[in-house]
Amino acid sequence: MENNDTENLIEVKNLKINFDTYAGKVKAIRDVSFHLKKGETLAIVGESGSGKSVTTRSLMGLNADNAEIAGGQIMFHGEDVLKKSEKEMQQIRGKDIAMIFQDPMTSLDPTMKIGRQIAEPLIIHNHVSKKQAMAQALEMLKLVGITDAEHRINDYPHQFSGGMRQRIVIAIALICYPEVLIADEPTTALDVTIQAQILKLMKELQEKIETSIIFITHDLGVVAGMADRIAVMYAGKIVEYGTVDEIFYNPQHPYTWGLLNSMPTLDTQSGELSAIPGTPPDLLDPPKGDAFAARNPYALKIDAEQEPPFFKVSDTHYAATWLLDPRAEKVTPPEAIAKRQAQWAKMHTDDGELVRPATPLNTADNLDDSDRE
Amino acid sequence: MAKYLLKRLFYLILTLFLIATITFFMMKLLPGTPLSNESKLSHTQIQMIYHTYGLDKPVWQQYLIYLAGMVRGNFGLSFQFDNQPVSYLLATRMPASFQLGIQAMIVGVLLGIIVGGIAAIRRNTWVDGTMTVISILMISIPSFVLAILLQYYIGLKAGAFPVAGWGNFSYTILPTIALAGSPFATTARFIRTEMVDVMSSDYIELAKAKGLTSTGVVYHHALRNSLIPLITLIGPLTVNLMTGSLVVENIFAVPGIGEQFVKSITTNDYPTIMGITMMYSVLLVVVLLITDIVYGIVDPRIRLQGGRS
Ligand SMILES: Nc1ncnc2c1ncn2[C@@H]1O[C@H](COP(=O)(O)OP(=O)(O)OP(=O)(O)O)[C@@H](O)[C@H]1O
Ligand SMILES: [Mg+2]
Repeated sequence: MENNDTENLIEVKNLKINFDTYAGKVKAIRDVSFHLKKGETLAIVGESGSGKSVTTRSLMGLNADNAEIAGGQIMFHGEDVLKKSEKEMQQIRGKDIAMIFQDPMTSLDPTMKIGRQIAEPLIIHNHVSKKQAMAQALEMLKLVGITDAEHRINDYPHQFSGGMRQRIVIAIALICYPEVLIADEPTTALDVTIQAQILKLMKELQEKIETSIIFITHDLGVVAGMADRIAVMYAGKIVEYGTVDEIFYNPQHPYTWGLLNSMPTLDTQSGELSAIPGTPPDLLDPPKGDAFAARNPYALKIDAEQEPPFFKVSDTHYAATWLLDPRAEKVTPPEAIAKRQAQWAKMHTDDGELVRPATPLNTADNLDDSDRE
Repeated sequence: MAKYLLKRLFYLILTLFLIATITFFMMKLLPGTPLSNESKLSHTQIQMIYHTYGLDKPVWQQYLIYLAGMVRGNFGLSFQFDNQPVSYLLATRMPASFQLGIQAMIVGVLLGIIVGGIAAIRRNTWVDGTMTVISILMISIPSFVLAILLQYYIGLKAGAFPVAGWGNFSYTILPTIALAGSPFATTARFIRTEMVDVMSSDYIELAKAKGLTSTGVVYHHALRNSLIPLITLIGPLTVNLMTGSLVVENIFAVPGIGEQFVKSITTNDYPTIMGITMMYSVLLVVVLLITDIVYGIVDPRIRLQGGRS
C-alpha cells in the first residue's frame, strides 16, 4: 500500500518470507505491503493458511526457526525491525508491540499465578519492583473486567473460564501500554456471546490505552464493528484493501466477494451461505499469474499468465484483480455483492455525504458481562 | 483430602497383603530346600530342623503363622545368617543400601534434568544427538556391565577409587555411578521429551511475546512445567534402583540389602527372602504414595480439586 502519511506507526514494504521444509521452500509471504496508522484498527482477513499469522509474527520477530526473510522491510519508529538483533527485538516485544493469541485455554502458564503472569512484562521492561508490578497488575485486572480482582489475582489459569482467560491474556498484552496490539484471532476459540464481550472490551481498552490494533481473523463478520480498515489476504499476498465501508459495500476482488458471501449477515440475506469452492494453491510452488485464478469463476485469460497489479479504486481502496483493468470486460458480481454495491451507490448519492446504513454486523453492543464461572 | 488418604492407605495395605501372599507361595515353588546344601545331615536331623522352623507343617499353616508374625513386625529367624532375626539383619544392612540408593537417585536425576534440558533447548543439533546416544547407551547397558567396567577401568586400572568393599565415602563412588546410570538416562530422556513438548506450547510463545530472554523463558516457564511430571517417574526409578542394587552391591561387595537378598535366594532362606521382599514393597508403595501427594501439592491443577475451585 503506498501511503506517505507521516502518522504511519508501522510500514511493511514488500515483505517476502519463505519456510524451509523437507518438501522444499514454502513461499508463505509473497510481497506484502501495508501500513498501520496511530490509533487505528487494521483487520487482516483471509482463509486459513493465507499468511496472516506469519505476517504479523514477523513484526515481533517471532517466526519459526525455519523462516527465512527473503526480502522487504518492516519500518517501526523509523527503523527496520527485520534488521534488529534478537536482543533488540526482546526490548520491543511486550513493550511496544504486544500480542494476543487465539486459544486462551492454552496461552497461559498453568503453573503460575495469573497476577505474576500479568506483572511479568512490567518487571522485564520497566524494571519496577515486584510489589509495584503486582499493584499495576491488579489495576489492569480490574480494567479488563475481572470481578473480585484482589482475590483472583492469586488464582491459577485453570480456575477461570475461557472468556475470563482471554481477558487475562489481554491484560498481559496491555500492561506496558503498547503502541501496537496484534490480536491473532482472539475470539475464534470462544463462543459467540463471549466473543462479543471480548471484542467490546478490546474496543474500550483501545480508547483508554491509545493503542493501534492489528486484528487478524478469517471471519469478516467479526470485523465490521471492530476495524477502521481491512486488508484481504490470499495465498501469501494482500489482494484488496480499503476502509471497512469500501470492503463491505464496494468490494472489487472476486476473492473478497467470496469471503463476503460466506459470511452470515442480516442485511444481505441471500438465503444461501456459500463457502468459496476449491482450495488455496500449494505455496511450495505458487502458480504463475493470479493465485486465485483456479477458484475464480470470473478469471480472465491474463490471470493465468500475469499477476495483477494493484488498481486504484479510491485514495484508500486498492484491489489486485485484472477485472479493474480498463480493457477488461465489465462483469456482473454475484447477486449479494451487487446488492451491496447498490447500497454503496445509494450511500454516495447527492453531495457525496457518506450515509452508512445501520450495520447489524456489529454484535459487540448491548451485552452484559456474564461469562464468569 | 483425609478421605482420599484413607482410601489410599487401604489400597496400600491390600497391595502389601497381596505381595506377601504371592511371594510366599512363589518362594515355596523355588527348587531345593533350605538344607539342600547340607548333604552331611541325616534324615532325622533334617526332620528336627524342619520342626524347629515349622517347615513340617502344611504350607497353608506356615502361611498363616508367617502372616501373623509379619503383622507384628516379626519376620522370623534367618536360616543362613547365624539364626539372626531377619529384622535385625535388615536393620544392619539397610544404611549402606539406602546411602547408595539416595546418592544414585540424586546424582542420576539432577544430571538427567540438566542433560535432558540442554538437549531439548538445543534440539536437533549435535548436542542433542550426542545426549540422545549417551542416554540410549545408559538405558541399554545393564548396570552390572557398567559396574564391572567401572570397577576394572576406574577402580583397578586407574586406581582412582576402591575396587570393592565398604568404608569411607570413596567406597561409595563407583557403585553410586553404576547405579545412577539408569535413573540418569531415564530422567534425561523424559525431561527432553517433556521440555520439547512444553517449548512448543502456546504459553511459551506468549512468554516470548512478552519479551523474555530465552533463558528467562526456560527458567520461568519451561522448566517448572517440565519438572512437575518428573515426580511421577520417582516410583519407577526407585524400582530400577532396587533391582540394580541386587547386582551392583554384589559386584562391589557392598554389605547392603541387595547383596543379602541374592544370597538368601540361592540358599532358600525363606524368612530373609520374605523380609526383604516385604521391605522393598513397603518402600515402594510408600514412595508412590508420597510422590502422588507431592504431585498434588506442586501442580496447581490437581491441588485445588479437593478444595475450592
Ligand atoms: N514453520 C513453518 N514451516 C513451514 N511452513 C509454515 C510454517 N509456518 C507457517 N507456514 C506456512 O505458511 C503459510 C501461512 O501460514 P499462517 O499461519 O500465516 O496462516 P494464517 O493465515 O494465519 O492461517 P490460520 O487462519 O489457519 O491461522 C501456510 O501455508 C503455512 O503452512
Ligand atoms: Mg494464524
